[in-house]
Amino acid sequence: MESIAQLLRLIPKYEAFPQLVQALLPMLVSCVLIFAVLALAVLFAVWLERKVSAHIQDRLGPMYVGGWHGWAQTLADALKLLLKEDIVPASTDRILYKMAPYIVFLGAFAAFVVVPFGASSFVTDLNIGILYVVAVGSLSVVGIIMAGWASNNKYSLYGGMRAAAQIISYEIPSAIAIMAVVIPAGSLSMVEIVNAQKGGIQNWFVFRNPFIFLAFIVYFVASLAEVNRTPFDIPEAESELVAGYHTEYSGMRFAFFFLAEYANMFLVASVAATLFLGGWTQLLPASIAPQILPGPVLFFGKVLVLIFIQMWLRWSLPRVRVDQLMYLSWKVLLPISLVLVLGVGWLAVDW
Amino acid sequence: MKAEYSGEVMTLNMGPQHPSTHGVLRLELKTDGEIVADAVPHIGYLHRCFEKHAENIDYAAVGPYTDRMDYCAAMNMELGYVLTVEKLMGIQVNNRVRCIRIIMAELNRIASHLIAAGTYGNDIGSVTPYLWCFRDRETILDLFEETCGARLLYNYNWIGGLMADLRPGFEKKLVEFLDYFEPQVDNLNRLLSDNYIFIQRTAKVGILSPELAVSYGVTGPNLRGSGVKFDVRKDEPYLGYQDIDFEIPVGKGEHGPVGSCWDRYMVRIREVKESCRIVRQAVAQLTPGDVQESIPKRIKPPVGEIYMRTECPRGELGYYIVSDGGLKPYRLKVKSPCFTVMSAFREVSRGAMIADIIAILGSFDIVLGEIDR
Repeated sequence: MESIAQLLRLIPKYEAFPQLVQALLPMLVSCVLIFAVLALAVLFAVWLERKVSAHIQDRLGPMYVGGWHGWAQTLADALKLLLKEDIVPASTDRILYKMAPYIVFLGAFAAFVVVPFGASSFVTDLNIGILYVVAVGSLSVVGIIMAGWASNNKYSLYGGMRAAAQIISYEIPSAIAIMAVVIPAGSLSMVEIVNAQKGGIQNWFVFRNPFIFLAFIVYFVASLAEVNRTPFDIPEAESELVAGYHTEYSGMRFAFFFLAEYANMFLVASVAATLFLGGWTQLLPASIAPQILPGPVLFFGKVLVLIFIQMWLRWSLPRVRVDQLMYLSWKVLLPISLVLVLGVGWLAVDW
Repeated sequence: MKAEYSGEVMTLNMGPQHPSTHGVLRLELKTDGEIVADAVPHIGYLHRCFEKHAENIDYAAVGPYTDRMDYCAAMNMELGYVLTVEKLMGIQVNNRVRCIRIIMAELNRIASHLIAAGTYGNDIGSVTPYLWCFRDRETILDLFEETCGARLLYNYNWIGGLMADLRPGFEKKLVEFLDYFEPQVDNLNRLLSDNYIFIQRTAKVGILSPELAVSYGVTGPNLRGSGVKFDVRKDEPYLGYQDIDFEIPVGKGEHGPVGSCWDRYMVRIREVKESCRIVRQAVAQLTPGDVQESIPKRIKPPVGEIYMRTECPRGELGYYIVSDGGLKPYRLKVKSPCFTVMSAFREVSRGAMIADIIAILGSFDIVLGEIDR
């Protein structure tokens, strides 16, 4: 936000604006920027998912809209969803029904405020950054339960309840896995965590010691469950619950759920890249290779690799059952993550 | 104080419009949370009065209607019908007709099992096997289209012969397809059948014990999945299946009790490989001949009744025909394999979870067109 405020000062007679405008304008611009980046990223991710799934399944995927490999397909789909009739089923709880998509989206959107895209490209550097991400990220579960409840549909209700149980369960191992990074970094601030990993691939936390490497895997598995991706997509298990909590949604409201789902994918991939893969830092130390790639490019490159793995898993694996999901969370990932944090702490102590 | 748990039972209507009921089936689930206390299947949404209708049309015209029972395996449906009428009339067909019928029936068995395996993967949450299976099925449909012009409902088997002979070059294309296809089955196994999650989801679910399967009259891959080695092609051979060398795969319970969903699924996958073997042998046995030489001018069976069963992909398909010596069947009754397995559904699915209901239903591989007729 500092850099945005500096840019804004270039506007002629900026000092003449009222104090309130001067204070609010940078925030507004940052929000719009984040939203734009996120929306573009989501459009790209949806297109990528369709291409990746198509090629895994021996198809071509979108090929026509926009010319080159159907790049404008998701744009066209988004437009279609925008123009569709806004249907609110008669038996719904109208207020909750209308609010739910925005709350789900808000959770994913707000967390990006603290994600450092580059050395100076971040909105704000909260000193409790990662805690904030975990907290805001779990907002989406409120929206999902609201959607499931307000739809007045048994399938939606099942979807909402499953999502609540699942997200709450998996937040615990994922948060504990995050602790494995916070201990060596000595800070909760996302910017500080990235700065602690500067200087090439050997300084990334994931390669620092085996405990953090395993913590990375635990975080990745748990994050898959948090964003309802296969093999943990039971809240929207198509073959069981039709479309889960968003069965009754259509048009723009559905688009918001969709946007939120992919924004969440980006969020967990961004957090994983920031915490474990060095964020925007360079792959190689300056002594070996010139540092030509800009930070945001590296950051998005790392995020895309993780997102590709998420897609790869989604189109290869079947879905686990509810009880197996809970078993994995409470009896496998939670003890493992606790042991990992102990291990990281043991290594961190200067005996 | 003794705490008593009184779970509230919620009725969840799964279907008739639901992605995983494989047609218009309605399951009335009594659910207690994720546990299903009782699952009652309601059938009849696709009832078309086939049997009554058959009493009002002549024998040859019934053929296309049999296609519409199990539309995933239409060749097998019409094969059972024409064999029954031929047996009633005492018609003998030549070797070429016999071999082509075996080829078509087995190819359609492969196509049908591919749908079963693919949609089963989809039911369990894996979409990719579904498209892989449909990609391979497409080649079979191309072969059918080339031969008889239709891709789903063929009317290819006629009473006393076939609608058309094979096109030149069919055998070559067929063998090419088999050479390509057999390794693809192993690919599918690597992707789905041996997947850990898939095994966890299916191997201890929906146990249909051999005793239960026999007592409910379950047939076909569902029965063989329970470890009972019964196949009409072996035990009551027709079309000269006794001269063909093939195995009957049965469920062995590699990953849990015998008769689980995984066993039923795996029997189909193994049957696909056996069908490839049968097709190869039938192609080798092909001799030149006129495929329409035994077609009677008038189809007028003698007075009498007959029951004959054949092995269709979903099990034992029986036709019971009563003839009063006229041009139309006096009575036609179909013994449908899906209907009998559906009767065992309630027993098998009691106490399962919602996700298991889908897994059990998918492993039975039902086609509603045949249940409701």
